[in-house]
Amino acid sequence: MTLARRVLILGGIALAIIGMCHGTWYAVFAEHQAVDHMGGSLVSAFTQAANRSSEQAQTALADYRQLKYVHDRQVDAHGHWIGLAMLLIVLGIVFDRVGLAEKWKSLLAIGLLTGAVTFPLSVFLQTLSHGSLPRALSIASSALMIGTLAIAAFGFASNRSNPSRLDM
Amino acid sequence: MTSGNRMDQTLLVGIEPPARLSARRLLLLGGIALIVAGMIFGDLFAVFVLHQNASRVGSNLAAASQAALQGEASSVAAYFTNVGSFLENRGTKVDAHVHMAEFGYLALLLAVLIPWIALSEKSKRAIAWVFLVGSALLPVGVFLIHYVGLARSPLESIGWASIFADAGGVAVLLSTLVYLFGLWKHFQSRRVAVDALSNARTTAGKLLLAGGLVLVLLGFAHGAYYAASDLYRQEAQDNLLLSNILHASVSADKPGLDLALADYGQLQGDKAVKIAAHAHIIEFGLLAMILSFFQPYVRFSEKWKRRWAWVLLAGSVILPVCVLFELRFGLLAGGLADFGGALVIVALVAMWIGIARYIEQFDSRSDVTP
Repeated sequence: MTLARRVLILGGIALAIIGMCHGTWYAVFAEHQAVDHMGGSLVSAFTQAANRSSEQAQTALADYRQLKYVHDRQVDAHGHWIGLAMLLIVLGIVFDRVGLAEKWKSLLAIGLLTGAVTFPLSVFLQTLSHGSLPRALSIASSALMIGTLAIAAFGFASNRSNPSRLDM
Repeated sequence: MTSGNRMDQTLLVGIEPPARLSARRLLLLGGIALIVAGMIFGDLFAVFVLHQNASRVGSNLAAASQAALQGEASSVAAYFTNVGSFLENRGTKVDAHVHMAEFGYLALLLAVLIPWIALSEKSKRAIAWVFLVGSALLPVGVFLIHYVGLARSPLESIGWASIFADAGGVAVLLSTLVYLFGLWKHFQSRRVAVDALSNARTTAGKLLLAGGLVLVLLGFAHGAYYAASDLYRQEAQDNLLLSNILHASVSADKPGLDLALADYGQLQGDKAVKIAAHAHIIEFGLLAMILSFFQPYVRFSEKWKRRWAWVLLAGSVILPVCVLFELRFGLLAGGLADFGGALVIVALVAMWIGIARYIEQFDSRSDVTP
């Protein structure tokens, strides 16, 4: 089996497992508590508004914002890890049909794997830091993913050769 | 028969369907069944629950805001209990739909990889059962969370339905882990395994692979555009509107409250359709690519295989595009989106029947062979 296919298939399954571990951890240890806290903060914000305590209402709303920000990104990271993992496995199965030199295919596979690992990771890192670094990483990794996938699509389209035996 | 058809038929010679109750057959048929079930559930949810539920969330949020405006602190919590319940109803159903389809995709991918997993057939079959049971348990458990709640639960915030759902997730996780180990063992052994299915190429398969890849790329491009132009702006707007709702409630500004609530509802709708369009176009692209591998197993004429591939691709474009236009064109776009979903389901069921016919024919042939 070529290096490119090995990178995509093994990398893809490993990434799916990471995504599942992350999802299981989040569902068991964090999600229920997070959702309860989000609801509590929102109720508190509106209750304080009813009591005409504007400042306390805004404080509770700020809590809600922070909790929702983290929850949305945890769910996004989980979904993207598994979705991208499946895409890597699919590409790995058919990667011999990409009409490029083996060296370029290996680089392309490494680029795809790097993008698929880094993009959800950058989304996850946004839960730890509100700075610009995780966001910059998100932009760079999504650009890498789109660029490598477009090259792979071009490679599939340009391959006019007969089916070759797959040496898996 | 055209020359193209003849070539496809030639390629099919020697491609045996997976043996009776083999791991590949279990994962293949189970995977498609999971995807079909997930999609039918998603379509029913979209038609009968989604919009009605969103409107109930909106009206209870408005009622909570009005209660805050009138200084009735005790009523606020009651309205938010309703909001929480409706959001849980929506969230658990979306989760059940997504997980059922995703596990179906993973099952199909594992079915393709089965020949390269260096474990005994008996082990692979047993693990396939664990995978499929876990794949059914998780969405069913998630679906029941809203109805079972915390009844008789030994834990403070996690009910029995969640416990079963998590157990299903762990079963899927462990079985995938074992398959990964088998794949790793195969690579270590440096044994060459040849699978006729992976070598076979049909016109319908090529169409699905190319179409699927284009859909995934479009979905990626749309996701990048959404992240760059809408994501952070919508998050900021969400926060601002909630803050405005609270401010209007505190200062008893009824027109201001009504305006902020209307804008908030509009924003939620805008967010929902953009995310749903992004997710569905990529999911359908991935599905088309995965199904391209199994076209040699679909026992229809090449012309019909191509037709079903086109139906699947057409539905895969119609649904996300119409979802995207739902806010502008309302029920018309919603109805067309449901039609797109139905096209995908019909094509998928047709392919499932084609595979079942192929297997049935093979089994009956094997039965008469001495």
